[in-house]
Amino acid sequence: MKGFLAVYLRELLIIWHRLPRMLLSFSVSPTLYLVAFGFGLGKELEVGGRPYLEFLIPGLIAASSMTQGFGINVEINVARFYLKVFEEFQAAPISNLAYVLGEILSGVTRALLSVGVILLITSLAGVNFFYGPGFWAGVILNAFIFASLGVTSAMIIKSHADQALVTNFIITPMAFLGGTFFPVENMPAPVQLLLKALPLTHAARLIRQAAYGEGLRWGSLALLVLLAALSLLLAYHSVDRAKD
Amino acid sequence: MDAVRVENLVKEYGPIKALRGVSFRIAPQILFAFLGPNGAGKTTTIRILSGLTRPTAGRAFFFEVDVFGEPVKAKKLAGLVPQTINLDLELTLYENLFIHGLLYGLSQREIRKRAEELLAFADLLPRKNHKVRTLSGGMRRRLLIIRALLHRPKILFLDEPTVGLDPHIRRKLWGLIKRIQQRGTTIFLTTHYIEEAEFLADRVAFIDRGQIVIEDTPKALIARLGKFAVDVVQEEGLETRYFRSREAAERFALELSGKSQTITIRRVNLEDAFVYFTGRKV
Repeated sequence: MKGFLAVYLRELLIIWHRLPRMLLSFSVSPTLYLVAFGFGLGKELEVGGRPYLEFLIPGLIAASSMTQGFGINVEINVARFYLKVFEEFQAAPISNLAYVLGEILSGVTRALLSVGVILLITSLAGVNFFYGPGFWAGVILNAFIFASLGVTSAMIIKSHADQALVTNFIITPMAFLGGTFFPVENMPAPVQLLLKALPLTHAARLIRQAAYGEGLRWGSLALLVLLAALSLLLAYHSVDRAKD
Repeated sequence: MDAVRVENLVKEYGPIKALRGVSFRIAPQILFAFLGPNGAGKTTTIRILSGLTRPTAGRAFFFEVDVFGEPVKAKKLAGLVPQTINLDLELTLYENLFIHGLLYGLSQREIRKRAEELLAFADLLPRKNHKVRTLSGGMRRRLLIIRALLHRPKILFLDEPTVGLDPHIRRKLWGLIKRIQQRGTTIFLTTHYIEEAEFLADRVAFIDRGQIVIEDTPKALIARLGKFAVDVVQEEGLETRYFRSREAAERFALELSGKSQTITIRRVNLEDAFVYFTGRKV
């Protein structure tokens, strides 16, 4: 338990020392997307009988919780390849699970901070949603899954450059295609099949439906819980592989 | 009971054999040094014993606790000072120590007490709440050492603790290491500085190409060669001969005085012993 706390506390302290910079950087992308796609391009658009802005914001929340959750991989890489702090964890009498949970939780914390920034901007723009348990379950599960995958990728890859490849080829396309900026149903049937297999699509749908106050999407919720368990397992096993 | 017992440790990276059956024992409260050139297998040994690297074969015990069989129990007995300064630069000195204390299961109260005590021990108490980024190289190295001591390890692994430091800072660290040993900690040190091993170590093992060549006290290793050395610079290069007495060394030097312009008589040192037993310079 103390091992998990130590790993998590270290990340929290780093967040605390960088908080103003971090919050500022969290606000740049969503603000740009909201201005460009929401207020600019999407001003006259409607999706499913609602203003496009109301469709876009839950999608942005899903995408942001994914990228910030997955973004823990950068911190782990710095700790592993540059600061070598990862070796301090490896040499300590803690279990792999304690390490993995500490890092994942810090990814979830970063994701929640970024979502907080979007919600602040949203409320300033005069858009209000329902923020019930379904909404937060979607955000947290999504962040948990991608933080776990972030830990896994950080353990498997051998350099910063490889990490950038993973982000460019997997995370960035998913952020655009996973039901964030447009309804997946608008795509041709075979593409739809592919997009509906993405965890982000389910997270975006779960978050959107809950934000509209239309209840829980139980299917998406169950799938995200399953994926969270699987990704945790993957992260757990990847830590052991990091030993040379 | 040995503080450290290592049996036939082997590490292979594909076709490369980093360790070829390393075995040694360290008695409690002894400062044991691994002396060898870069790539000899010093760091690999420490990394395996600290749980950072998996061995290909072999066994190791800390006070009879199986290092690979009961890693969590074994890790509690050891402290590691790695060659690379792996501190969190953005955190303060105290925060770095606090995280380490939690990792080793110490209570908050215990960490606070130990941290104050150790920061004072290493003359770093006034910098307690400064970020590590603001510290000099020597200060960071001292912090690294006291961090490894926070959980009161019985064995301390020091991997090239003074590499890259100025000579005066190196000497200051030697004092700190000696004081740690005097407090009852067993120390396993790797170095490629001959004078460091000679000054600090109770016992020295020469390691070369993944194998221990010889192990003994520095005095005994030197005594195997003699007391005095005569360096003779010739056209073929430098030749060194060893003698039991100064008179014998002087007699030899006198005989050669017409043949070489540079003849030096000096005391035999640990470097002579290393070159003699391994056939290589450190």
